[in-house]
Amino acid sequence: MLLTLASDAPAGAAPWWVMLIPALAMLGVVLCTLFAIMGVKSKLPAYATVGCLGLACALAFAMLLGYEDASGVVKAWQWFDISWGEGHGQTFSAIFGFYIDRLTILWMLFVTSLGTLIGLYASEYMSHDQGPGYCRFFMAFNLFVFSMSCLVMGANMLMLYLGWEGVGLCSYLLIGYFYKKPSAVAAGKKAFIVNRIGDLGLALGVYLTFVHFGTIEYAELFAGDKLQGYLSDVAHGHFEHIPMTAQMIPLLLTVGAIGKSAQLPLYVWLPDAMEGPTPVSALIHAATMVTAGVYLIARAYPLFQVSQFALPAVAWIGALTAFLAATIGMAQFDIKRIMAYSTVSQLGYMFAGLGVMTSIGAAAHVFTHAFFKALLFLCCGAVMHGFAGQLDLRKLSGLAKMKGWGIVSITMLIGCLNLVGFPVITSGYWSKDIILAEAFVRPSTGLVGWLLLITAGLTAYYTFRVFFRVFVGPVEYHPGEELHAHDDHAHGHAHDHGHGNVPAHGHAPNDAHDEAHGHFHPHAPGWAINTVLLILAILTFVAIPLVALSHGGWVGEMVHGSTAHFEAAHAEGGSHGSVWLAGLDPHKVMYYISGVVGVLGIVVAWALHYRGRREAAHAPAADAFKQAIGAVQRWAEHKWYVDELYDFLFRNPLWVLSQVFRYVDMLLVDGLVNTAGWLPSALGGRLRRGQHGLLQGYAGSMAGGLALFVVVVLLLVSKSA
Amino acid sequence: MLELAQGAFPEPLAGVTLAHYLVLSGAMFTLGLVGFITRRNLIIMFLCTELMFQAAGLALIAFSRYHLNLDGQTFVIFVLTVAAAEAALALALVVLLFRRRESLSSEDWSDLKG
Repeated sequence: MLLTLASDAPAGAAPWWVMLIPALAMLGVVLCTLFAIMGVKSKLPAYATVGCLGLACALAFAMLLGYEDASGVVKAWQWFDISWGEGHGQTFSAIFGFYIDRLTILWMLFVTSLGTLIGLYASEYMSHDQGPGYCRFFMAFNLFVFSMSCLVMGANMLMLYLGWEGVGLCSYLLIGYFYKKPSAVAAGKKAFIVNRIGDLGLALGVYLTFVHFGTIEYAELFAGDKLQGYLSDVAHGHFEHIPMTAQMIPLLLTVGAIGKSAQLPLYVWLPDAMEGPTPVSALIHAATMVTAGVYLIARAYPLFQVSQFALPAVAWIGALTAFLAATIGMAQFDIKRIMAYSTVSQLGYMFAGLGVMTSIGAAAHVFTHAFFKALLFLCCGAVMHGFAGQLDLRKLSGLAKMKGWGIVSITMLIGCLNLVGFPVITSGYWSKDIILAEAFVRPSTGLVGWLLLITAGLTAYYTFRVFFRVFVGPVEYHPGEELHAHDDHAHGHAHDHGHGNVPAHGHAPNDAHDEAHGHFHPHAPGWAINTVLLILAILTFVAIPLVALSHGGWVGEMVHGSTAHFEAAHAEGGSHGSVWLAGLDPHKVMYYISGVVGVLGIVVAWALHYRGRREAAHAPAADAFKQAIGAVQRWAEHKWYVDELYDFLFRNPLWVLSQVFRYVDMLLVDGLVNTAGWLPSALGGRLRRGQHGLLQGYAGSMAGGLALFVVVVLLLVSKSA
Repeated sequence: MLELAQGAFPEPLAGVTLAHYLVLSGAMFTLGLVGFITRRNLIIMFLCTELMFQAAGLALIAFSRYHLNLDGQTFVIFVLTVAAAEAALALALVVLLFRRRESLSSEDWSDLKG
């Protein structure tokens, strides 16, 4: 095995203006806060956000152009400088600064550009909430971009941790944006609490890194002699020379990564996070924040390579998550949930990619996925926005034939094709292919490859299930439950009525339904939504040449120049063929295999959900199939009862335990405290009877006391005499 | 200045011993105390305290004479002075209390209780 690391290039200095990227996002936070205080009721917060993030995006591009092939550090100020002794590892120092290499730039490019685009989309999407809620939304939105840039650009693990917690906070704030809706509040709490479990792993990982390596600054850590020594041991196959502590670090970091990136067993928060507004789902829970786990592993790739277990564990976690989430996604009816499960599933691909040592494939998939998944979510958001929150694929049909929905339908098709990995013309195909091929190369992870390949077929099926149900077929729609809020919105936007006003009733039952709601008119998306959808659709094509050329193309080059770079000579199977693919070379045949699998999935979806479907709610073929598999379908629809299992294993025991503690607290602790309070008062109650206020009584007791005293004295005197 | 032996009293009172004085003092004190406890009239109660006062003074003088030490008598002179002032004050208080409640009963003044 041959290992080379680009990180041994000396850390130079990065230009000072990269600090402006987080600073601009912070400026957005400040501005939105000021707007909230001033009581702004216009779209000003949205435009301020788009302006700030647009400038940040321009700076990210400037960073790309001005990049000089070396990692650089720029320091804002010394953050921590603590010393409790002279020896090794007794000084803890961390700067508040930024570490710029190609991986950073790659991530910042899509974080800032998607932030800008989705900010623009949200300006229209959130317009029914103009006022304090609008300001709050964009404040958290900017804070998210700030935290994300700290996470990605941070010069040490502490900066990463700061950003990590920051994005978690923003995620919580934005999932619970509709704070009057109990399910949204519960989803926010769930996300926050599940993420805490992962964050504990990350914190311990960072701590152990410091204890073992004596530093958490990337520049010192990755170029340090200790780590380089381990890496050369690994290169010679001497894993036994590496202490167990060093091998534990990546496992702990993995725990952090699976929490944030929604992998098994901590994936359960992400589908629920869809309670948040759709732009949030697109930016945070699909494109950027959930890839933080992938970033962490890619950034700390040298640390992962010195562990025997870490990368195989990551590969298996990723593959199993990808498969499980895809099976759940197949049986859901809420199109946003389906997209959420597909995000979990695609993140599984990225993890598997990292696990099978193709950090290039993982980064390429992160990059393409960011654009096409954001596009898919924003299309779902446009549907939700136009049909009063309706997301059930049994209640919408034939959108492509309705007036004003053309752009949404076409861009949705493009997004779906990307997610499926439709051969050649989609960027998703090329990035997924790198991972699939590499998974079959390694003998140790061949099963992972098969799992991922099956998942690719399932992905194609559930993606096009949505498309065939919602966007084509007979025209029919039922509005969702947010009708009233929606009407208010329509008044404020007369321009929407031009194309949104054509009621297309497909079915008689519809009319009765519409009567109840007082003639519902879906309104097609306006310019902001359509523009953003088109730009994102174009970007998915722009990404093709960036990832499609050999070794991941431009993205491959970006990863090549960073700490995530890992080049194992393809000696194991590269030119000799894979044991798992009947001796064929995965790098050559995977293009065809994955293409065929993807198309097959689409055909199945077509046969089950399009052919012969006359109404939105029922597709005869699919219903018959559902009947045939019976319980399996029911289990998948209930997400394999994983939430219930967690309730049984963790939540209920914890609840019982908390009740035990509650009663111990109530009876024992409170009992002791209350007794201490009750005793003086009870004693006082007895004694106060003596204070009756009657002069004679006092005089009597005084005389009695005196007499007693005299008697005692006399007795003593007579005894001593 | 009479030259007197310790423990003896002057001629008219010859044969009277210290014990007589102390018994008288004790009887006066007891009467005062019993009166104070049993009566409710503030003025009577006040007079009873005066009685106890004088009983104590009598005992002091008796002991003073018995020990031929004039400190006790001097002390009684002071006590009488203070008692006179206190009597004026106490009677004034009784008058004020009477004006408040139109009553001299001590039971009407039992607000300060637990």
